[in-house]
Amino acid sequence: MKFDRALRARLFSAVVLPLVSVLCGFAVASIAVLLTGSDPVAAFTALFQGAFTNERAFPETLVATVPYIFLGLAVALGFRAGLFNIGAEGQFYLGAIFGVLAGTTMHGLPGIVEIPVALAFGMLGGFIWAAVPGLLKARFGAHEVITTIMLNYVAFQLTDFLINKGPMSDPHSTAPRTTFIDPGAQLSILLPGSRLHMGLILAIIAVPVIWFLIERTTVGFRIRTVGFSQGAARAAGISVAWTLVITMGISGALAGLAGADEILGVSHYMPASFSVGYGFDSIAVALLARSNPWAILPSAFLFGAMRNGAAFMQLETQVSSDLISIVQAIVIMFVAAPAMVRWIFRLRDVPGGLQITQRETAGVQSET
Amino acid sequence: MEFLSRLDIAGFVIATLIAATPLVLAAMGGVMSERSGVVNIALEGIMLTSAFAGYAAAVATHNLWLGVVVAVIAGMLIAGLHALLSIQFLVDQIVSGTVINILAIGITGSFYRTYIQNSELAGTGVLPALQLNFLPNAPIIGVITLAALVLIPIVHFVLFNTVFGLRTRACGEHPLAAETAGINVYLVRYSNVILSGGLAGLGGAYFTLQQIGNFLPNMTGGRGFIALAAMIFGRWTPVGAFLASLLFASADALSGRLQIAGVNLPYQILGMLPYVLTIVVVAGAVGRAVAPAADGKPYKKGA
Repeated sequence: MKFDRALRARLFSAVVLPLVSVLCGFAVASIAVLLTGSDPVAAFTALFQGAFTNERAFPETLVATVPYIFLGLAVALGFRAGLFNIGAEGQFYLGAIFGVLAGTTMHGLPGIVEIPVALAFGMLGGFIWAAVPGLLKARFGAHEVITTIMLNYVAFQLTDFLINKGPMSDPHSTAPRTTFIDPGAQLSILLPGSRLHMGLILAIIAVPVIWFLIERTTVGFRIRTVGFSQGAARAAGISVAWTLVITMGISGALAGLAGADEILGVSHYMPASFSVGYGFDSIAVALLARSNPWAILPSAFLFGAMRNGAAFMQLETQVSSDLISIVQAIVIMFVAAPAMVRWIFRLRDVPGGLQITQRETAGVQSET
Repeated sequence: MEFLSRLDIAGFVIATLIAATPLVLAAMGGVMSERSGVVNIALEGIMLTSAFAGYAAAVATHNLWLGVVVAVIAGMLIAGLHALLSIQFLVDQIVSGTVINILAIGITGSFYRTYIQNSELAGTGVLPALQLNFLPNAPIIGVITLAALVLIPIVHFVLFNTVFGLRTRACGEHPLAAETAGINVYLVRYSNVILSGGLAGLGGAYFTLQQIGNFLPNMTGGRGFIALAAMIFGRWTPVGAFLASLLFASADALSGRLQIAGVNLPYQILGMLPYVLTIVVVAGAVGRAVAPAADGKPYKKGA
């Protein structure tokens, strides 16, 4: 019976809670649509069409899913060590900048050389941008939420400086953007006639790699221990400071990889409006997946579909694509507050269920 | 000396004071909330929501003062959601604050597109301002800035010289002891978080009703987070938060002045100043500043 109870609690936190959260997100968003004088059914129909059934919609949804997988993994990894990396957006930008830098510097080398080099550069950019807040936290106790958000703004300004009549801008273009990367550094297309690129394969490979890192390596054990209790980690002889820096660094490297991958696979240059919020959305991706690397896949796919569909929805029904932010906020709210879901739906409390869900989001809990 | 006169010192001080307005209001909100034990990173979202709500109300009623009132009420309402999530449902306070911030972008973005972006509205104009004729160039100070200056000693008095303030600080330091002494911890925390929403809401009204008389998406541009840094640097006191806000605002005002004065630096590099300064300050100050002992820790009755 004990096993049965634990299983039910796990089922609630892994399946029921996320599903209920997403449904509630859409329910609340419908109210917002009604308040703006539009028809929610028409809006969400357009969202669905734009995400799945329109011509080329499905491959485009997968294109949008790719950065969400990398970025979701990045934020989730931070959560596992108790770090709240809100700076994925800035690290995503830095990865793209470093990727462009490598991709425009190399010429005429085979793809097998240029692609890994450019991706590695992207990871380096993200690593630097995230390791700094990690270092500031470990050394001075500066809260990573504030420092990573500030570094986001610095990254935006830096990008604008570099590509808007700056050192990296294309002298032959009137629009603020960089030159194109070398053809050898471009990722090949998976599905002819679409923009779906090899990055999808890389992202899917990243999932078991990060799972292995967290669950089966010494570094992963340190990350989880620090996330569970810094005091216990210290007592066990784990260097908390070093673990915080390295976790932020790997998290940033993943976000940087997403940025470089986006350059190499999709745009092939750095435009002014590069990301429009992928990094911010990934916080919701990670929370919905409860920081479980495998669950990042469906979670990222859902967000890719919403992002892709939202553009068509705005075009078709005049409902702002910002509506998706409302869905996201409500999703995070419900996932983070299982007590509220039980309260609203008058679910019978599963004994022990709350502890399991809290432990699973242990990365988000503050040190006790 | 010619360079100095072009910088216009008096004008610079006034510009700093004005730029500090939303920072000090939100930072004082942060002080109230965190002194009672609730971390409030929702300040950014509260200000954005209030900036929009105040503007919308001013457009609808053609009354700027009503806009200010609505901004404050909207701030209190959305802060109430933060209180509900973090106090009642024990949601991690950082997560709850993030929910508010994302929700604010969604709500203001959706309504902006429907009601403002494609309409013929030409803005509301701005609130009346005090003109300082005795200074060169006769700079003006808006009413929300004046209100902020008045509120600093009031918040200080409430926090350190009233029963409510004592209870607030007790809940932020040791909620169990406060409860034992007969204080309703939930009530005190709710009150403070909602009051912090009112203060940040007034800060939000600054953007639309004092600064430009219009609403732009995401116009708060991280000021809520800078305010949070000002609160930390000001050691969780209203006066300290004010001084820290002045420091950050001076970076803002300076970057504008240096451009006008013809300093040959790209504007983006100058634009990084306030953000970099925030990082430096947060990293440098935390070692010495001590947060309320129970700040960020949910309190569960009977646990």
